[in-house]
Amino acid sequence: MTGNNSAKAKKSIEIFEKYKGWLYLIPALTFLGLFMVYPLIDVFVYSFEEGYNFASQSYSGTGLYNFSYVLHDPYFLQALKNTFIIVIITVPLSTVLALLISVMLSSISALRGFFQTVYFLPYVTNTLAVGLVFMILFKKTAYSDGMINLLIEAFGGRSVDFMDGPYWAKMTVMCIYTIWVVMPFKILILTSALSSVNKDYYNAARVDGTRPARIFFRITLPMISPMIFYLVITGFIGAFKAYSDEVALFGTDLNAAGMNTIVGYVYDMLYGDSGGYPSFASAAAILLFIIVLTITVINLMISNSDD
Amino acid sequence: MQVRLEHVTKIFPGRDRKNPKDVYAVDDFNFDIPDGKLIGLLGPSGCGKSTTLNLICGLLKPTSGHIWFGDDDVTELPPEARGVGLVFQNYALYPHLTVRQNVIFPLQNLRGDQKLTKEVMNARAEEAARLVQIDGLMDRKPSELSGGQQQRVAIARALVKTPKVLLLDEPLSNLDARLRLQTREEIRRIQTETQVTTIFVTHDQEEAMSISDLIVVMKDGAVHQIGRPQDVYDDPANLFVARFLGTPPINVFKGSVKNGLLHIGDTPVLQVRMPDGETYVGVRPEGFELMTEGSDPLPEGVCPLECELTAVEVTGRDTSIVSSHPDCLAPSIRSIMDSEAASRVSGSKVRFRLKPAKVRVFDRNTESRIYDGK
Amino acid sequence: MDYVRIGRNAKVKKGISGTVKYLLLGLWAIIVLFPFYWMILTSLKSYGSYNGEFIPRLYVTDPTLDNYADAFTAVPLGRYFLNTAIFTVITTGAMLIVITLAAYAFARLEFRGKGFTFVIFLSLMMIPTELVVITNFVTITNWNMRNTFQGLILPSITSVFYIYLLKENFEQVPDSLYYAAKVDGTSDLKYLFKVLVPISRPTMVTVTILKVIECWNSYVWPRLITDDQNYFLVSNGIQEIRENGFGRENIPAMMAAVVVISAPLIVIFLVFRKQIMAGVLRGGTKG
Repeated sequence: MTGNNSAKAKKSIEIFEKYKGWLYLIPALTFLGLFMVYPLIDVFVYSFEEGYNFASQSYSGTGLYNFSYVLHDPYFLQALKNTFIIVIITVPLSTVLALLISVMLSSISALRGFFQTVYFLPYVTNTLAVGLVFMILFKKTAYSDGMINLLIEAFGGRSVDFMDGPYWAKMTVMCIYTIWVVMPFKILILTSALSSVNKDYYNAARVDGTRPARIFFRITLPMISPMIFYLVITGFIGAFKAYSDEVALFGTDLNAAGMNTIVGYVYDMLYGDSGGYPSFASAAAILLFIIVLTITVINLMISNSDD
Repeated sequence: MQVRLEHVTKIFPGRDRKNPKDVYAVDDFNFDIPDGKLIGLLGPSGCGKSTTLNLICGLLKPTSGHIWFGDDDVTELPPEARGVGLVFQNYALYPHLTVRQNVIFPLQNLRGDQKLTKEVMNARAEEAARLVQIDGLMDRKPSELSGGQQQRVAIARALVKTPKVLLLDEPLSNLDARLRLQTREEIRRIQTETQVTTIFVTHDQEEAMSISDLIVVMKDGAVHQIGRPQDVYDDPANLFVARFLGTPPINVFKGSVKNGLLHIGDTPVLQVRMPDGETYVGVRPEGFELMTEGSDPLPEGVCPLECELTAVEVTGRDTSIVSSHPDCLAPSIRSIMDSEAASRVSGSKVRFRLKPAKVRVFDRNTESRIYDGK
Repeated sequence: MDYVRIGRNAKVKKGISGTVKYLLLGLWAIIVLFPFYWMILTSLKSYGSYNGEFIPRLYVTDPTLDNYADAFTAVPLGRYFLNTAIFTVITTGAMLIVITLAAYAFARLEFRGKGFTFVIFLSLMMIPTELVVITNFVTITNWNMRNTFQGLILPSITSVFYIYLLKENFEQVPDSLYYAAKVDGTSDLKYLFKVLVPISRPTMVTVTILKVIECWNSYVWPRLITDDQNYFLVSNGIQEIRENGFGRENIPAMMAAVVVISAPLIVIFLVFRKQIMAGVLRGGTKG
C-alpha cells in the first residue's frame, strides 16, 4: 500500500514539475490576455461592426462603413495632415540636431557629464506640465506678447500669435515642443553609439590627415548608421502616435484648435464630448496601425538594401 | 629620417581624488633613432612604450622636451603634418570600406598641390598592396580577411603615403603563434625593401630581439638600455634588462664577492676581479656545465654549485635540467645542455661548474651591473 | 615647409573649434533648461507683479511662496499627488511581482509550450497601446471600474518588454547556483526571491525606476477612465488646472503647480542619474 501511495505522490509531483512553469506565468498571461490579446482581436471586430450603440452594445450590421466614415471625416483628414506634418518635420530635424549635439558632446571632456545630465532632463519630466510652460512662453495675451515674441521683436521681427493665430504658427510651436521632448532619448542613444566606436579609427584618420568633415561622413556616420536607422524608425513610430504633447500645448479640445492628431481623433471618438463611437475609434486606430506598419517596413527595406 | 627624442617627458595628471598622483608615463627620454633602421621599443606592459610611440606620431604632446625628425623640431606639429604611418594594435581598418578603399584612404586626404589624380592614387595603392602581398584581396572587406591579412592591409595603408617614419603598435600581439613568426619576418622584409625608419612596440623580447637593428628596453617610463639586440643580451646594464631578455630567463641567485671570489650562498663559484660586496648573480641557462667523475678540476678555491635535482626535460634538440637551490630567487633553476651531457645525471643532486662568460653580477642595492675587471 | 607655422595654425584652429563647440552646447543647455528656470521664476512672482511686467523680468525682486499655498488650496493638488503616488506604488509593485514570476518561468523552468509562448510574448511587444486601449476602455467601463484605482491600475500591470529584460538578466546567472540551491533543498520560489532577485538587483532597480517615471507621467489612460477629480492623477490635474483652475488666468499659481508636479521625478533623476540613463539606453537599444 505504502509503495502504491508513494508512487502516486511521485507521479503527482512529476505532473506538478511539468506544469510548474505555467503556474508562474498565470498572472502575466491573465493580464496580457485580458488587456492585450483580447482587445487586439476585439478592435478588429469593432471596426467592422456598423452602427454600434454603446449604451445597448448592439450593432446593425457588418462592413467597411466605419473605415469609409473615418476617411471622409474632415476632422480625421485634418488629424492625418497634422500628424504627417509633425512626422516629416520633427523626425529628420531632431535626428540631425541630436547627431550634431552628440558629435560635439563626444569630442569634449570638460563639462561633458554636466551637459549629458542636463540634456536628458526633459525625458523624466511630465510633458503635460512642461507643455504648459511652453504655451505660456509662446502665448500672446492682453498683458504681454510673451517671452518668445519679445525675443523675436528684439531681433527686429514681428510678433506672431503662436497659440491662437495662423495654422503654421501653431504648427511651429508644436514641432518645436515635439523636438524638445524627443531630443533626450536621441542624444543618449547617439552619444553611446559614438562612444562605442573604437578610438583607434579616429587616431588612424588623424595620423592620415583626414579633415573633420571627411572623418564625420566617411567614418563616424557609417559606423553608427545602424543606430541612426533605429532612431529614425522609432522616431517615425513615436511621432505618428503624437498626442499628449498636443494636449499639453493646445488643451483637450484639439479639433477646435485644428491641431488634432490621429491618436487624438481615436480618443475623441471614444470618449469626451464627441465620444461614444468605439467602432469609429477602432477603424481610425487600425488605419494608424497600417500607416505605421507600412512606414516601418519601407524603412527596413531601405536599410537592408543599403548593404 | 632620423628621429631624436630630447628630454621628452609625458606626465598624465592624477585622474581623481583616489589617484591624485601624476603618472610619469615617459620620464626624460633621450635617444637617437638612426635613419633607415628597424627599432624595437621593448618593455613590460605599462612601461610607457605605447605612449612613446604616440608621442612620436603626434597623437600625444609631450609635457616637456623636444622631438626631432632630422633637423626639424616636430614637437608642436599635429600628427597629419609629421608624415608618419601608424599601424594600430587592432589594425583599425575601417570595416565598411574595402581593402582598396582602406589603402587609398590616406591619399584621398591630400589637398592643394599635394592632391593626386585617381590614376596615381590607384597605382600607389596597388604598389603598396603588392609590397605587402595583398594585391589579390583588394575588393574584400576587412571582416573577410584573416588576422595576418588584416595586418598587411594596415601596413599597406600606413605605407601608401610613403611616410618618413613607420610606427607599429604591438604588431604581432593579435596573431597566433605560427603567424607571428611569419609576420615578423615579413615586417623585416618590408622594412628592408622600403628602407623606411621603422619603430615598433612590443612586450615580447623574442620578437624584438629577432628582427630589430636596435632595441630600446624600457620600464616604468624610463629607458634602461639601448643597443643592438646581441649587445644588450650579452651586456645587460642592470638586473631588470638581464631578466627581461632571453628565454628561458636568466637564473638569479643571491650572492656576494669576498676576496676576489664570487659566492652563491657560502659556495665560492668563480674567481672575479670585483670589489667585495653583496650581489645578485645571474647565470644564463646555457652557463651551467655538469660536473661528473671525469670532469676537469676546478680552479683553486672554487667549488661546484650543488643543486637539488627536480626534473630532466628532454626536448629533442637539447635537454633542460630543472633543479633548485635555496639562494636562487626563483623556485627552480633551468639549465640547458646537450643531450649527451644530460644523460650523465644521476642521483638526487646535480653539481654545476659556471661558465664565466655567461655569468653576470649585479649590485644588490642598485641592481646595476658590476663588470669583471679582467 | 614651415613647421612652426603649421604647428601654430593647428593650435589656433583647435582653439576656435573648441570655443564654438562649447558655445553651441551651452546654447542647447539653455534651451533645455530655460523652461524649468521659467517655471520656477514665475512661480515665485506674485500675481500682481507677474501681470504688471509687459516685458517679463528674468529675475524675481520680491519672491513669494503664496502661489504654492494657492496651488494646494485653490485646487486639490494634494489629492492629485496622493492619487498619483498610490497609483505609481501599487502599479509598480504589482508589476514587479508579475514580471518576476513570468521572467523566472521563461528563464529557468522547463515546461511544454515554453518556446511557443515566448514567441507570442515577443510579438506582443510590437502591438501599439493605441490599438488595445479602445477595448480596454469598454471593458473597464463594463466592469464599472471607471473612477476607481482598480480601473486605473489593472491594464498597466504587465509589460512584455520588462519581462524580456528580466528574463535575459536571469539567464546570465550561472546554472550551478540553481543546482546548488536545489541540492540544499531550496524551493523554486525561495531560490527566485532569495537568490535570483538579489543578484539581479541592478536590473530590478532599472525596471522599477522606468516604471515609476512611466506611471508618474501617464496621461491618456487616466484621462479616459476618470472624470471625477477625486481620482485625477497629476497629468490630468495639470490639464484640469489649465482649463478650469484658479478661476482666472493665474499663471504664477499654475507654474507653482507645475513645479510641484515636476519636482519629484527630477529629484529621482538627479539621484539615480546613472541607473536611469543606463536603463533607458538598454531599453532603447535592445527593444
